[in-house]
Amino acid sequence: MTFRPDDLKRMYTTMVLIRKFEQNTIEIFSRRMKQGDFPGALHSSEGQEAIAVGVCSQLRKDDYVFSTYRGHGHAIAKGIPLEKVVAEVHGRSTGASRGYGGSMHLFDKSINFMGGNGIVGAGLPMALGTAYAAIKRGTDQVTTAFFGDGGASQGAFHEALNMAAVKKYPIIFVCENNHYAATTHVSVNCPIEDIGDRSKAYGIPGPVIDGNDIQEVANTVGDAVKRARGGDGPTLIECKTWRHRAHCMVIPEHRPGKDRRHWSARDPIDHLREVLTARGIANEATIQKLEFEAQEQLDAAVKFMENSPMPDPAEVLDVVYAD
Amino acid sequence: MRTETATMRKIKPINAMNEALDSAMAADGDVVLFGEDIGAYGGVWALSKGLQRKYGQDRVFDTPLSECAIMGACTGAAMAGLRPVIEIMYVDFMTIAMDQLVNQASKIRLMSGGAFDLPMTIIAPCGAGTCEAAQHSNSPEAWFLNTPGLKVVMPSSVRDMNGLLKSSIRDNNPVLYLWHKVLYDLEEEVSDHDLEVPLGSAAVRREGTDITVVAYSLMAHRVLESAANLDGDVSVEIIDPRTLHPFDLDMVLTSLRKTGRLLVVHESPIRCGVGADIVRRVCDSGFDLLKSAPKVLGGKDSPIPFSKPLESAVVPQVNDIESAIRSIVKA
Repeated sequence: MTFRPDDLKRMYTTMVLIRKFEQNTIEIFSRRMKQGDFPGALHSSEGQEAIAVGVCSQLRKDDYVFSTYRGHGHAIAKGIPLEKVVAEVHGRSTGASRGYGGSMHLFDKSINFMGGNGIVGAGLPMALGTAYAAIKRGTDQVTTAFFGDGGASQGAFHEALNMAAVKKYPIIFVCENNHYAATTHVSVNCPIEDIGDRSKAYGIPGPVIDGNDIQEVANTVGDAVKRARGGDGPTLIECKTWRHRAHCMVIPEHRPGKDRRHWSARDPIDHLREVLTARGIANEATIQKLEFEAQEQLDAAVKFMENSPMPDPAEVLDVVYAD
Repeated sequence: MRTETATMRKIKPINAMNEALDSAMAADGDVVLFGEDIGAYGGVWALSKGLQRKYGQDRVFDTPLSECAIMGACTGAAMAGLRPVIEIMYVDFMTIAMDQLVNQASKIRLMSGGAFDLPMTIIAPCGAGTCEAAQHSNSPEAWFLNTPGLKVVMPSSVRDMNGLLKSSIRDNNPVLYLWHKVLYDLEEEVSDHDLEVPLGSAAVRREGTDITVVAYSLMAHRVLESAANLDGDVSVEIIDPRTLHPFDLDMVLTSLRKTGRLLVVHESPIRCGVGADIVRRVCDSGFDLLKSAPKVLGGKDSPIPFSKPLESAVVPQVNDIESAIRSIVKA
């Protein structure tokens, strides 16, 4: 499917917004760390924006998404208001999780964003539950569960794919294979070339795609969503990609320069920019305008965060149990 | 009380739990039940017997043999607003589901800033005494009591098994409901009026004046037997907390005002156990009520061995309880 110019421009702006958000967050965290503060763990998704935006472009507001600890992009692309994401990663009471969750635990019930996860692969079993709920209620909502190349080594991955396939649950399992689980290369985690091939063991489709090409991501996910809504069950999609940075802020870059150069020539934002100009959808001035709009959104969100209060410690136990 | 007009009938634990599920499912279309062998077969313990036929495969169904997936599906369904109930065939198998329960279900309400409720119930049999050896005989309630965000229910009587299961299902938090396998053939006469039991309310199983013994699940029965043996010699008051979190400390303190002596008995390992925590609470809130040092009689520092004499040696028996009571009262 060919995407409309306005859709592509919107995708571009969201991808730029995610990248700018990640860079800004690292900047603020670095400043605080230099001051001897512990701002928390931070896992940048720079380089993987095409997957977050491409996947979510095919989802409805009421579709469920289970994210990962590298989930800022998913949250923004699914539609958590940017200021709530910024406020949460900086621990403000106005954050998506009111400061109780942090960078790894962004939630938004109003758009069925079911949270990031600090445990690798742990969102996949929960996706079974929302998928089942949709079937039981007779809605055609689908559930998307993101995970990485490391997550595919977890028992939870295999249990979830197996049960989803047996039950024909409407789930899109999106593997963001950025080739490293923390510092361990995927070849140490997986004995076969493509994680997508693990779909064969469960009798479901397992396309392996270029995760840095947003149109390919959106098209593949679109097909999987159609399949899921139509009652034909789950799909495993492996998106080959690359994160621009090391696993998290405290781990120094260790990946071979050759690989980094290979992937930096395949940046997803550069790629979409080339598509936009090649198709005559946007010239340099339009691109600059879109990037400026993203910057304005981010600036406003950061300002909102800075003006937001920290949570009240007197309320710390209020959210543990429901009445 | 209206009991004098009620029809009495005899039921066993599995009937009590099955009827509780039936009434919860009849009352609320969001209550669903799944797990291994739960659907067509009706559960290996007969927990769900007849329920799939009555409520359909979309509400009562079998899952693959995947405890992690079952617990995850339960958690996700609860997040989506259903009120799922699952059976884990033996509580020992919870280890496979542990991440989904203690890292996910118990924490999601907090991690989401209170946005998501997790109205889910996990039913599992526990306990030693059936010679099922080390991996089918655990009493791991302390693990879960050490997990903020969960509630833990451990009924001892048939009527409580019904009433507490209904309350667990109605609760908007993850509730772990553990019933003891040795009680499987226990029979009690109940009336329908008896079968409402809220979480967090203890019961006096026997009134007495010399010592308060706190015991739950199978041990509540074993302490009753010990108390009967000591009758005329020591007057034992038995408090069955029924739910370990929330815990009815008030009823324990009320009893201690009368007796001044405390023994806690449980089957689970004594180290860092439930009893230690009950003693801590009593020392915090009622130290002045104590005439002697509070004691705990618990499981030994051992996995549950297979052979009958070995198995019996690691969990408190009637005579162990009697000796413990005597030693405290004499002190």
